[in-house]
Amino acid sequence: MTDAGLTSTAPADEVRAPAVVKIDGVSKRFVIRKDNSLKERIVTLGRAGRRHREDFWALKDVSIEIPAGQTVALIGHNGSGKSTLLKVIGGIIDPTGGSVARRGRIAALLELGAGFHPDLTGRENVYLNASILGLSREETEAKFDDILAFSGIADFIDTQVKFYSSGMYVRLAFAVAVHTDPDVLLVDEVLAVGDEAFQRKCLDKIRAFQQEGRTIVLVTHSLAQVQELADRAILLNHGEVVADGDPVEAVAAFRNILETRRQSEAAARIAAQGGQLALVREGHVHSATATAVGREPGDEVRPGDDLLISVVVSHEPGIDDWVCAIQIDDTLGAVVYGTTTRRVGVELPHLSTPRRVDFLLKNVAFGGGKYFVHASLMDMAGVHLHDLPQATSFDAPSHPDYVGIVHALPVLSDAGEVVPDSAP
Amino acid sequence: MSETARAQRLSRLAHEELVTVAGEGAAGGTWHAIGEIARHREMLMLLIRRDLKSRYKDSVLGFAWSLVKPIFQLLIYFVIIGHVLGAAANTPNYGVYVFAGLIIYGFFSEIITGSTGSIVGNSGLIKKIYLPREVFPLASVGSAVFNFSMQFVILLAATVLTRAFPISPGLVYLLPSVLLILVYGTAFGLLLAAANVYLRDIQYLVEVVMMLLLWASPIVYPFTMASTQIAKVFGAHSWVQQIYTDNPITLAVLGFRKAMWTSGQALGPAMYPDHLLLRTGVAFVVGVILLVLFQRVFARLQGNFAQEI
Repeated sequence: MTDAGLTSTAPADEVRAPAVVKIDGVSKRFVIRKDNSLKERIVTLGRAGRRHREDFWALKDVSIEIPAGQTVALIGHNGSGKSTLLKVIGGIIDPTGGSVARRGRIAALLELGAGFHPDLTGRENVYLNASILGLSREETEAKFDDILAFSGIADFIDTQVKFYSSGMYVRLAFAVAVHTDPDVLLVDEVLAVGDEAFQRKCLDKIRAFQQEGRTIVLVTHSLAQVQELADRAILLNHGEVVADGDPVEAVAAFRNILETRRQSEAAARIAAQGGQLALVREGHVHSATATAVGREPGDEVRPGDDLLISVVVSHEPGIDDWVCAIQIDDTLGAVVYGTTTRRVGVELPHLSTPRRVDFLLKNVAFGGGKYFVHASLMDMAGVHLHDLPQATSFDAPSHPDYVGIVHALPVLSDAGEVVPDSAP
Repeated sequence: MSETARAQRLSRLAHEELVTVAGEGAAGGTWHAIGEIARHREMLMLLIRRDLKSRYKDSVLGFAWSLVKPIFQLLIYFVIIGHVLGAAANTPNYGVYVFAGLIIYGFFSEIITGSTGSIVGNSGLIKKIYLPREVFPLASVGSAVFNFSMQFVILLAATVLTRAFPISPGLVYLLPSVLLILVYGTAFGLLLAAANVYLRDIQYLVEVVMMLLLWASPIVYPFTMASTQIAKVFGAHSWVQQIYTDNPITLAVLGFRKAMWTSGQALGPAMYPDHLLLRTGVAFVVGVILLVLFQRVFARLQGNFAQEI
């Protein structure tokens, strides 16, 4: 453990990993019906019935092969087909076309406590749930103490689960699910439940699973989790695989899709409002751009670049004392950077007609990912006259040696054996 | 240590065969389904226990309640219809006579209504976990079997009390009658369970049909009474007569009664149609064919269960 971690990066693959899931040209069509009762069906029988149906392709010709021991994240916006794909892998939904082949024991964790019956006690539910997930009675008995210990609800195991708090419910369900010894674990968003301590426990368990060579396919909206846990990410958009491979690149591609959608939605909203808001407000932030000096607009902002953020502002009746501010957020909404003209101490002239304020950020060092720039116009009291949230965005290139929002190259060396400081 | 666990798992998986589970080339067929259910038999038992346990949840008497209802049913038919309305005058030991018919019919009715709602009622599981979906109707069948055996115990007690304990050659009809109901109940249960997913009206329709069938079978009235009436109106060998006599419910009710109601032997064989055992045998074979057929229909429809419920 001491220096092995430094010399070898990837675990030695003495055994060639066999494919555990093989999806070949899978398509899934949902028929959306608008008539659901016998009467309506009969009334709209035949040709008229066609008009009451609508086809929706949740998956279109998806082919994926997942080797054993890999952790794969399925990402995509809501309705992109990722949960459907997970259900097709799990055999819960039959595909309309194509085929799914698997080997090994599979456990689907699409919902914690699916199959828990409120009127049965925790103990009875453990046996029922374990059996549903494919464990025999003897196996459950052998693991019962472990399950109980992991769940941490020992005192309540013989209470009906309808009296459980939601946290207890989820803890027991997760405890059962992770003790079923699956070769392939399908996880859908369930890691987002429970308190922080429990979430950490779940993630630790997932990592232990990875170490043991289990295959994990997970659907999540937490892109940070994707980059942290997954070896591979598959990006789905409208039922098609758009990107498949390195999680960092797939996540970047996904963020671009989201950003495009956001921009078109925002444009539609402004058009719908007919620009009337601008008349009401006295101050106005027209636009903001972010470009690295010496690069084209839209290029990645590399560590060491000077980043030029230009904000165009105006004020209808005119204002003497004013402040222009910018803020840079990462995709999770956390503030990465912020500054104002007042903070820097710049004297600004009277503002009425549009003027441009340039913020030149020297020698930036952003970690890989997408960043959003917000621009604001304020008076000296700090009252926001006008904000332009997510006025623009830029990307920073990701680096294989680190994750996070700060660029700093790691240089590692083994400094030899040391004697730890002992307490005096 | 974990590295070896990893290597072991990978080499074990490499020796396992890649099985096509869905889509083109997936294994199907009745045998495959039976194998799947057999592998999940432990879970099937747990599901039946869950059904039974949750039914009398939090009640002090618990399972005893499953006995209370049939006891009172027996008393009502014995006192009201038998003695107050005078049906017992023509039929010896009328209580046992009616109760035998009622519980065998109740067995069928419980299988059908239970299975019909079983898929929709377990939507939480079906949408989230893969299981052979046949287990849900089968669990309903299982809990119906349990209730039937409870009622059977009451029936036996009643025969002891009326000094008419059924030890007679008629007992050969007992098992065929019960099996007949089991086969037809399971067959139609599977079909209706699947159909109900796509058309929720089925479960209400089933309730009405069950009520009709109760009076369309010789349960409360004697078989000969209806049979002679039908012969008068449609003729002795008309198709109505055939359907009335050879439908599995009539056959099972008559067979079960022949086994359990010994007081009727004095009235002679006129109470029953000829060749009852042969008719039951033929109906059983037809029932098995229907069971296989309806299981195929169920297997066809089950692919879309998860998205329809």
